[in-house]
Amino acid sequence: MTGTVEGCAGPGFGSVPRKEDGRFVRGRGRFVDDIALPGMLHGAVLRSPYAHARIRSVDATAAESHPKVRAVITGETLAARGMAWMPTFSHDVAAVLATDKVRYQGQEVAFVVADDRYAARDALALIDVDYEPLPPVADARRSLDEGAPVIRDDIADRTDNHVFDWETGDAGATEALFARAAHVSECDLVYPRVHPAPLETCGTVADFDRISGKLTVHTTAQAPHAHRMLYARIAGIPEHHIRIIAPDIGGGFGNKVGMYPGYLCAVVGSILTGAPVKWVEDRSENLMSTSFARDFHMHGEIAADADGHILALRVSVLADHGAFNATAQPSKFPAGFFGVFTGSYDIAAAHCRVTGVYTNKAPGGVAYACSFRVTEAVYLVERLVDVLARDTGRDPAELRMANLLTPDRFPFRSATGWEYDSGDYPRALRTALDMVGYEEVRAEQKQRRVAFERTGHGPLTGVGMSVFTEAVGAGPRRLMDIMGLGMADGAELRVHPTGPAVLRLSCMSQGQGHETTFAQIVSHELGLPVDAVEVVQGDTDNTPFGLGTYGSRSTPVSGAAASVAAGKVREQARQVAAVMLEVAADDLRWDVGTGGPEGGSFSVKGVPGVSVTLREIAMAAHGGLDLPDGVEGQLAASTVYNPPNLTFPFGAYVCVVDVDPGTGEVDVRRFVAVDDCGVRINPMIVEGQIHGGLADGIGMALMELVAFDDDGNHLSASFMDYLLPTAMECPPWELAATVTPSPHHPLGAKGVGESATVGSPPAVVNAVLDAIGVRHADMPLTPAHVWRALQGRPIRPDIAIR
Amino acid sequence: MQVPAFFEYQRATSVEHVVTLLERFGPEARIVAGGHSLIPMMKLRLAQPELLVDVNDLHELSGISVSEGELRIGALTRHAELLASPVAGEHFPILHDAERVIADPVVRNRGTIGGSVCQADPSEDLSGVFTSLRAVAVVRGTGGDRTVPMREFFHGPYETAVRPAEILVELRVPLRPGAGSAYVKVDRRAGDWAVAAAGAVVSLDADGVVTEVGIGLTAVGDADFTAVEAEDLLRGRVADDDAFAAAGAAAAEHCRPTADQRGPVDYKRHLAGELTVRALRAATARAHRGGFPE
Ligand SMILES: Cc1cc2nc3c(=O)[nH]c(=O)nc-3n(C[C@H](O)[C@H](O)[C@H](O)COP(=O)(O)OP(=O)(O)OC[C@H]3O[C@@H](n4cnc5c(N)ncnc54)[C@H](O)[C@@H]3O)c2cc1C
Repeated sequence: MTGTVEGCAGPGFGSVPRKEDGRFVRGRGRFVDDIALPGMLHGAVLRSPYAHARIRSVDATAAESHPKVRAVITGETLAARGMAWMPTFSHDVAAVLATDKVRYQGQEVAFVVADDRYAARDALALIDVDYEPLPPVADARRSLDEGAPVIRDDIADRTDNHVFDWETGDAGATEALFARAAHVSECDLVYPRVHPAPLETCGTVADFDRISGKLTVHTTAQAPHAHRMLYARIAGIPEHHIRIIAPDIGGGFGNKVGMYPGYLCAVVGSILTGAPVKWVEDRSENLMSTSFARDFHMHGEIAADADGHILALRVSVLADHGAFNATAQPSKFPAGFFGVFTGSYDIAAAHCRVTGVYTNKAPGGVAYACSFRVTEAVYLVERLVDVLARDTGRDPAELRMANLLTPDRFPFRSATGWEYDSGDYPRALRTALDMVGYEEVRAEQKQRRVAFERTGHGPLTGVGMSVFTEAVGAGPRRLMDIMGLGMADGAELRVHPTGPAVLRLSCMSQGQGHETTFAQIVSHELGLPVDAVEVVQGDTDNTPFGLGTYGSRSTPVSGAAASVAAGKVREQARQVAAVMLEVAADDLRWDVGTGGPEGGSFSVKGVPGVSVTLREIAMAAHGGLDLPDGVEGQLAASTVYNPPNLTFPFGAYVCVVDVDPGTGEVDVRRFVAVDDCGVRINPMIVEGQIHGGLADGIGMALMELVAFDDDGNHLSASFMDYLLPTAMECPPWELAATVTPSPHHPLGAKGVGESATVGSPPAVVNAVLDAIGVRHADMPLTPAHVWRALQGRPIRPDIAIR
Repeated sequence: MQVPAFFEYQRATSVEHVVTLLERFGPEARIVAGGHSLIPMMKLRLAQPELLVDVNDLHELSGISVSEGELRIGALTRHAELLASPVAGEHFPILHDAERVIADPVVRNRGTIGGSVCQADPSEDLSGVFTSLRAVAVVRGTGGDRTVPMREFFHGPYETAVRPAEILVELRVPLRPGAGSAYVKVDRRAGDWAVAAAGAVVSLDADGVVTEVGIGLTAVGDADFTAVEAEDLLRGRVADDDAFAAAGAAAAEHCRPTADQRGPVDYKRHLAGELTVRALRAATARAHRGGFPE
C-alpha cells in the first residue's frame, strides 16, 4: 500500500492475519450444507415456469405416494396455518407458496420433504400444477401503461402496478437554479438488475423439537436476531422458543438478509414430520428467486454556471421492485439512501423523485453491497459529472476538483439533508491522480487515438474516475428501523478469571473477518492479545440483540458497541484495581501495554512500580477481594450502541482501460483506489474488502446482468449466463489510504465493506466511454454493448438482446 | 443442490466393451468422458440417460502422436494435455491458441477432445478448429472403424455423425508442412463460451499465394463450422490485407448467427468477419512461403 496513512496506529490495530483463516484455508469451515443432523430429511422447491399465471389447481397426490416422500407442502397447506403470505421489509406482503397466482418465473409453488435430496427433486416432477398463463409485465417502462396486466390483484382495490412515489430535496430551489444555469446536461441511465450471487447459496436446516416446542434454525442469516423475530411473527412460535444459528457464511452481500420461502417451508416441514429438514437452494434458484439488486431507470439533469460550477441536480427514477415490494432497507426509506445522490460535490440544490413499480420479476432491489442504494446514487452523479465535462469541453478531473467539498465544510449538511461527518475529498483525488500519473496517461491516450485514426486499429485508451461518498452504519434509532426494530446493536464482553475474554456480538460475518477485527477492538481497549479474545456471533441464544451485518454497519455500530463495552470493563477493572492497590480509582493511570497476555495495567499516578495487570485484576475480580458497594465483581459489561449518525467513508478511484474498437473488448489495465474509511483497525482486512468490491465493480460495469425476455423468462440463471469477474479481468489493484477519522465513532472508524462496490462501477464505465468517445451507454459494457455503442446504437440492457 | 435423475453406471474396460454396452442399452446409454458437458446437463435434467458408460479407464483412447503424416489425437486426450503438447503446438499453433481460451484450467484438466466435438455445442471452440484443419474423425462400432471428415461430422446442434452404438476413437489431422494456423476468439470473460471465434490454416507458395486455406467459425450459426465461401475466395490469391478483407466479408455474409445475451446478430456477423481477418493475418504470419521440409 502506498500513500499516507496516519492515525491508524494504535495498540491492537494493524494487519494481523485473520483468525478465521486457519479453518478456511484448511477446508474446515462449517457451512449450512455441512450440517447433518440425525434423521435429517431434505427439501426441494417446485418453482413456476411462468412469469405470470393463474393457478387453477395443484395436485400433489402422485408426489405424496413416492416411497421416499414424507410431506408435500403447497400454498393450501400454508394457508391453513395462516402462513401462505409473509410480511416484507417494505410494508408489503410476499407469497410464501403461491395460492392464487405465480408472479415471476422461479416463484415457489410447492415444497417436497423426502428422505434424500435426490428423491425430493424427483418428486417435484410428480406434482401437477394447472396454470393459466397470463400476459406478464417484463418491461418496467410499460408497467404503468394503461391496460397493463395488474400483478398484485391480491391487494384489494389494486388497479395498477404502482408501488410508491417518493421525493426528496427542494424542487423549487432546484428549479430556480436550473432556470438560471448557463449549462444543463441530461442523461438517461439504467443501473441494471444484478445479483449478489454469493458463492454459498442460501440454505437452512430447520429442527423443530415437538417435546420442548423449541425451533432451532441453522441458516445463512446475515441478521440472526431479525430473523428470529420474523419466524416468531410468521410461524407464530414464541420468540424465546426460537434459536437461530448462523454457521460460517460463504458470502452474503445482502443476499442473506431477507426471509425466503424455502426457509419457512423447511420449518413447516420439520413441524409436520418431526424431523430436521435441510433445504439448500441451487445456483439457478439463487439467481432466479432471491433478492436481486438495483434495477433503477434514472433520468438525471445537472446544471452548471459558465465557469463549470455545479449548481443543482435533478433526478427522476423508475424503480423496478419486482412482484413484491420486499426491499431490505430501513422502513422509512422507500428508495433506500438514494437521497445522498449529490455525492461529493458542493451542490446548492437538488431534487429527486422515485416511482416504484411492480413487474413480473423476483423481489429485492437492495442488495449486493449497495449501502441501501448509495451505489445507484454514486453511479448517477459520477456519470452525470462526466457527461457535463464532455458537454462543456472540460477535463473530468479538473471539473471534479473544482466542485468537490473542501475539508473546511465538514460536518456538511447536503442539499437533501444528509449530514456528512468528515472528509477530505481533494486530497483523495489528488493522491489518486498522482498515483496513476494522470498527465502521462492522458498523453498516451492521445497517441493511441491518433494512431487509431491513422490505421483503423486499436487499442483505444480511456481514463475514468469517480470520487464517491458512502453513507453507512445504519443507523440512528429515531430515524431508522427495520420492521419496527431500531438499528442499535448490543455487545457483551466478559474477561475470564485467567485473563482471556469473550465478546458476544449481534452482527454476523459473511467473510468480513469479524473474529479478527472485533478481537482487535477489544485488544485495543484492554491490551489483551488478539488471540485471547474469542468472538461469538451468529447464535441468538448466545449473543445480545442487534440488527446484523449489511450496509457496512458492523464496525460503525457493533464495532462502536464493542469499544464501549470494553471501556466499561476497563472502568470496572479500575475499581477493582483501586481496591487491590488501596488507592482511589482516580489515582490510577491506565497503560494499555504491548498486547501481551497480561493485558493492560493500572499503575498509581506518581508512584513508579506500583501496578496491577488486567490479568491480575481479572482473577481478583472473581476472587475473595472485599469490594466496596457499587462494585459488583467479575469483569463483564454489556452495552447497546445507538449510532448518533451514519459514517461517510469516501474515496477517489481512477481506472485505465484499453478498448479494442474492432471487437468491443475491454481490458482494465489499471485501477487506482484511494479509500478513506477513517481509522483502519486491520488495514489488511480493509484492503481485502476493497479488492472484492473493485472486482464487483468490474463485474457490474462489464459483464454482470440479470435480463428478461418478453415472456418474463429469466435469462441469467446460471454462472454461464450470469458472469462474475475472475482474476483474469482484474488488474493488480493499486491501493492507497487517507485517514479522516469519523468524529462521532469511538474509534474514529467508518464502514468500508461496500465502498469499493459503490465507487468502482462509474470509474470503469467512465473509462470505457472515455476510450470510445461515446457520451453514454449502459452497463454492462460487454463487447457487444461497446461495439454497438461505437456504432451509435447502444443496447438497452434490461431486456433481451434481439 | 442440483442433482441428476436416476441412472445406471458402468466403467468400461475396453473400447469393445463400450460398443457392446451401447449396443445392448440402445440410445438411452451415453458415454461419459470428462463429464463437463454431460453432467451439467444431467443436473439440470436436460439429459436423463439411463446408463452412463465411463470411458476414463481406456488409456488407449488418449495420447497425442505423429504417425503416417498425421497428427493423431486420442478422443480421451484432455484439453490440458493438448495445450501442453509440444508436438501439437509445433505443427498447429491453432491448437494451443484455442486451448488457451477454452474454459478454465479446472475444466481443461478433465474435459476431453472427444467429448468436446461429440457434444457438438454450436459454440464449441474445437469444432471450428478441427474443421479448419480438415481433420478426420475415426469412429468405431460393431462393424469396426470408419472415418468421417470433420467437415461432415456435425449434423446440427448437439448432433454428430457418431451413431448411438459408436464411439469416437481419435482425430487425425493431416500434417501440412509450412502451413500457418491461428485461432482468435471474443468472449465476455475468461472462461466464457465464444461470442464468436475464427480459426484459420493457411498454406502459401513461394510467391505468397494461398495454395490451401481452412477457415473455421464458431458460435455464428454455421452448421458445419466452416466458412467455405471465404476459403474459395482466398485460394489462389496473394495473402494480403485486401484478400483477407474480402474473405472476412464473405465469412460475415454467409454466417447465420442468432441473437442471444452474448450479442445481437449484427455484432456477431461483424465479428465473424473481423475475426476471420485477424485469424488469417495471424496464420499467414506463421506460414512459411513455399512450405518447408518437415
Ligand atoms: C465452465 C465450463 C466452461 C467451458 N467453456 C468452454 C469454452 O470456452 N469453449 C469450449 O469449446 N468448451 C467449453 N466448455 C466445454 C468443455 O470444453 C467441454 O465440456 C468438454 O471438453 C467436453 O468434454 P468432456 O470430456 O467433458 O465431455 P462429456 O461431458 O463427458 O461428454 C460430452 C458428450 O460427448 C459424448 N462423448 C464423450 N466422449 C465421447 C466419445 N469418445 N465418443 C462418442 N461420444 C463421446 C458424451 O456422451 C456426451 O454426449 C466449458 C465447460 C465448462 C464446464
